[in-house]
Amino acid sequence: MRLEKLHLPEDPMLCSGHAACPGCIDALSARHVLATIGPDAAAVIPPSCMAIIAGAQPLSSLRIPVYQPSLESSAAAASGLRRALDARGKQDTQVVVLAGDGGTYDIGLQCLSSAAERNENILYVCLDNEGYMNTGAQKSSSTPHFARTGSTPAGKVSRKKNLIEIMAAHEIPYAATATAGFLPDLVRKVEKAKAIRGMRLLILLVPCLDGWGVPEDQGIAMARLAVESGAFPLYEVEDGRRYILNEPRKSRPVRDYLMAQRRYAHLKEPEIAALQREVDAGWARLASRARA
Amino acid sequence: MSAAEKRVLLTGNHAVAWGARLARPKVIPVYPITPQTPVLELLTDFHAAGELDAEMLTPESEHSVMAACIPASLTGVRVFTATASQGLMLMHELLHYASGARAPIVMANVNRTIASPWAFWPDQTDSLAQRDTGWIQLYVESAQEALDSVIQAFRIAERVFLPVMVNLDAFYVSHALEPVLLPPQELIDAYLPAYAPEHFIDPARGESWGNVVSQDMYCRHRQDIGAAMDRVPQVAAEADGEWQRLTGRGWGVVEKYRCEDADLVIASLGSMCGTAREAVDALRMAGHAVGLLKVRLFRPLPMAALRAALAGVRDVLVLDRNFSPGAGGVLHQELRAALYGMPSAPRVHGLLAGVGGVNVPPQKIVELALAARKREPVPEPVWAN
Repeated sequence: MRLEKLHLPEDPMLCSGHAACPGCIDALSARHVLATIGPDAAAVIPPSCMAIIAGAQPLSSLRIPVYQPSLESSAAAASGLRRALDARGKQDTQVVVLAGDGGTYDIGLQCLSSAAERNENILYVCLDNEGYMNTGAQKSSSTPHFARTGSTPAGKVSRKKNLIEIMAAHEIPYAATATAGFLPDLVRKVEKAKAIRGMRLLILLVPCLDGWGVPEDQGIAMARLAVESGAFPLYEVEDGRRYILNEPRKSRPVRDYLMAQRRYAHLKEPEIAALQREVDAGWARLASRARA
Repeated sequence: MSAAEKRVLLTGNHAVAWGARLARPKVIPVYPITPQTPVLELLTDFHAAGELDAEMLTPESEHSVMAACIPASLTGVRVFTATASQGLMLMHELLHYASGARAPIVMANVNRTIASPWAFWPDQTDSLAQRDTGWIQLYVESAQEALDSVIQAFRIAERVFLPVMVNLDAFYVSHALEPVLLPPQELIDAYLPAYAPEHFIDPARGESWGNVVSQDMYCRHRQDIGAAMDRVPQVAAEADGEWQRLTGRGWGVVEKYRCEDADLVIASLGSMCGTAREAVDALRMAGHAVGLLKVRLFRPLPMAALRAALAGVRDVLVLDRNFSPGAGGVLHQELRAALYGMPSAPRVHGLLAGVGGVNVPPQKIVELALAARKREPVPEPVWAN
C-alpha cells in the first residue's frame, strides 16, 4: 500500500477537546469542512451529534459563531441569519448548516425544501450517519433498507430516502455526496460549494461507530467500503441537471460493506442479494444520468 | 396631532404595515393567513416600490417564519412579522424559543378563532393561549392604536430584550377603515433609534447562541427573563409617555375610562373595549356609576396598575372574548389572581362574551352590567351568549 501525505486546509475552526466519541467521523468531517470554509462563517447547528461536539455553554469547540435552532428549522433559521447578515452588508460571510440526517431528511425537510425553492445563499451540510444516533440509534428516513436500529429491531422495511434527487429536483446550484473516507474529494467539493452562491447541499456519509456496530478504529474503513461497494456513490449534481460521477466507482460486492457492521449482522442471503440488486440499479440509474 | 402628521384612511391591518414600515425593520419573514394577509401584501408592495429597505422572505410556513426571525434578530437587526390564529399556533414552540433567545422581535397577531372547526371570526384564544411563552402582549382597539403600538413595541422590546406581540381583533380592527394619523419618518427615527445591541452573531466576534446549559445556568436564565418582564410595565409606560409627548396620543398600560366613583368597572381586551365605551356612556347617561378598564398590556400583567385602578370598586365585570375549556375566560382568571388578597378586593364577575365572534352590541353590555351588580360572582365559567 502506497502512503501519501494529503495537503488539506488545516486552519483549525474545530478545536481539540470537544465532546465527540473516540474515533468519531462526525468530528473528523466537520473539522475538514470548517477548515476549508475558513473563519468568515457562521454555523447553524440543530440538535444532533454535532451540537454535542460544538460544546456546552460557556464553552464552544468552534472558532466561528454558532446558532443552535430547533431540530426542524435549520434551513429556515439559516435563511434568517443569512438575510440579517446581508442586511448588515456581510454578503461574503458563509452561512453553513451542520445538521444530522434526522434534522434534514425527516423533521427539517419542509423548511429545507422551502429554502431550496428560494435559492437561499446557504451551504447546507448534512452529516448523514443514517439514523438518530444522538438519541441512541433509532431509524430515520435515511436509514438504509434492512438495517437494524433501536426502532427497527427486525431491520428497516423501507429504503433510504434519496435526498440528493429531491434537492436536484429543486434545481439548486449544487448538490453532492462526499465522505471523510475520501478526504481530497470532500475538500474539493467544499471548496467548490464555497465558491457558488445560492443553495448548496453536501451529504456526507458519516459511519457511526456505536450506531452501526463498528470498531472505533474502523470508521474511515467503513466510509471507504460504502463508496467502493456502490452503497454510497460519490457524485455531484449541478443546477439539478448535470450529473458528475466521481472516483472511486463501484468496484466490489455490497456484501463486503454489510458484513463489517453489526446493524446488518442479521441479514440472510436473500436480503444481501436484494441489497446488491438495489445498489446495482441505483448505480445504473446514476450512470445513465451522468452520461445524459 | 403634530403639524407634520398626515391623516389617511387605513384598516387596522394597513395601519400595522405602516407602523412596521416606519420602524425600519431590516428583516421581515412573513406567511399569509386570513385575516392578516393585507399586512403582508402592503409590506411587499412597499418593498417592491423601494420604500422599505428590508430583506423580505416568504417561507413555506409560519413555523419557518419564526425560525428565521430569531437568528435574524440575534444577528443584530430589527425584525418584524405578522400572523394570526393557526399561524400563531404553528409558531408555538418557537415563541418560547424567541423569548428564551432574548430576541426583540415585534409581531402583529390578528386575533382569530382556532380550528377545529374552521372559522375566521374575532376570538382571542389564539394569543391568550401563548401567555406563558415569554412574549410581551399588547391588545389594541383601533387602527391608530395598532400603528402606534407597533412602533412603541419595538422601543419596549429593544429595551428589555423580549419579543412583543401586538394583538388586534379580526375584522373589527383588522379590516375596519378608520382615519389614522401617520407620523412623519423623522419623528419615528427620533423615537426609535437604529437597533444596535451589544451582543450579536458575527464571525468577527465569535459569540454563539443556543448551546446546552447546566441546570443552574438554565434557572438563572429564566430568572433573567423574569426580571426583564418585571421591568416592562414601567418601560411600556415610559414608551407610551414619550409617544404622547411627541404625538399627543397616549394609550396607557391600562386605560381607565369614566371610572371616577364607579361602583362597577367593566374590564376587557381589544375591540370589546370600543363597544364597552358606548355601553358605559349609556349607563352613565342613565345615572349608573359604571366605568371601563381597558387592559392594553396583558403580559406582563400590570398588577400594580390593575390594583390601583380597581381599588374601592365594588364590582368588576370581565368580558372575555376567548375560552379556556375547563377554566373559563382567561382575563377573568388573571384578574381574580391579580386582585386576590387585596384589602376589600372587588367582586370579580366573569362572562364569556363574544366567543367565536358572536356579536356583543353595546345594549347587551348594558344589560350584562346591570345584571352583574345584582348577582354574587361565581367561580365557574358563565356564558353571556
